[in-house]
Amino acid sequence: MPSDVALRVKALESILVEKGMVDPATIDAVIETYESKIGPRNGARVIARAWVNPDYKKRLLADATATIAELGYGGSQGEHMVVVENTPTVHNLVVCTLCSCYPWPVLGLPPTWYKSAPYRSRAVIDPRGVLREFGVTLADDVQVRVWDSTAEIRYLVLPERPSGTEGMTEEALAALVTRDAMVGVAKVSRSGGAAA
Amino acid sequence: MNGIHDMGGMQGMGPIEVHEDERPFHAEWEARAWGLIRATGPFGPTRRRNFRYEHENLPPAQYLQMQYYERFIKVLVDRLMAAKLLTQAELDSGRADPASPRSTPSVTPANIAEQLARRRSLRREDVKIQPQFKAGQRVRARNINPVGHTRLPRYMRGHRGTIVADQGVFDFQDTDAEGYTLPDRPQHVYTVGFTARELWGEAANARDMVHAELWEDYLERA
Repeated sequence: MPSDVALRVKALESILVEKGMVDPATIDAVIETYESKIGPRNGARVIARAWVNPDYKKRLLADATATIAELGYGGSQGEHMVVVENTPTVHNLVVCTLCSCYPWPVLGLPPTWYKSAPYRSRAVIDPRGVLREFGVTLADDVQVRVWDSTAEIRYLVLPERPSGTEGMTEEALAALVTRDAMVGVAKVSRSGGAAA
Repeated sequence: MNGIHDMGGMQGMGPIEVHEDERPFHAEWEARAWGLIRATGPFGPTRRRNFRYEHENLPPAQYLQMQYYERFIKVLVDRLMAAKLLTQAELDSGRADPASPRSTPSVTPANIAEQLARRRSLRREDVKIQPQFKAGQRVRARNINPVGHTRLPRYMRGHRGTIVADQGVFDFQDTDAEGYTLPDRPQHVYTVGFTARELWGEAANARDMVHAELWEDYLERA
């Protein structure tokens, strides 16, 4: 049985279509775009390129917007990109405490947890606790850098390349990179998926 | 405004739902809602008003209870009703009033791709203003409590940080109490780093940092 909100959205769509304000084919095209063109697989290709190509990585850290655009990604909510690099001594975590700012061209639309009160409230005051909740435990001597996207800069985390992946192709590496790792709530593991 | 949306540092909001696949929508209505918002034009018919301020003005209990795309739909409906493009009777019946005017969609399958890809930068390359601060300088986030939309989170106000980078000149996004963006105030935006201990006290890890981009109006010398 459809929920109350589902029924309201459906009613609103049919009213606006009847008034000629909205074309349902446009709605279909928007959904298709976010389901197949704009999403975290784009960001994963950027990360994998940075892992295999030191020159690309250097440029990515110096001018993320232009360097990401080399792979064809840019536009709305990616106008001013900054890439922050995780190392054995630094872990980066991205949040938008005020709303839901997120780098759409490389990560798509934000996951529900990113927009939720529990994450937005605690990521700045207890980032280590938040990370533990996602299964990542950091040593005390690793610095956590939280980036609260309050203005127009959008952040992408460059996760550490997992050991034992030296022989892998760029494409195979991209398949290991998760959305969560690029927000900074997970590490990348050799087997893909969430790393403990 | 000091609203419920400004929740950085709050506690007791419960656990995070950490297991979520990478699909953008998890229900058909979420997909239709997002598509509807984008297909109605850039977030509805009245563009000068700050869309985010309208979210921030939802009653706190409602804000917390509503799902994300539900809040967007609520604001879209409010805007359409305020612009007299939609009535409560229509919402109740689920049918357009036969007497209401018919229009032609401005967003179409032919131009939606360009609309979605379009850069909407607030950076003002054309405005040359001498920056008041430079990287490495100590600053304090001002203790201000504006009633309109602001991008200075409460948890940073009154605290001292360090300028990490000057991001250039951007249009100011703060609004008046009606939600209208304050005009003619482009200014430098800086990435500012605060130690976790400065923000949260001695119990925080001594190494940890929290950063945000802050407009020059939010900062003073420290």
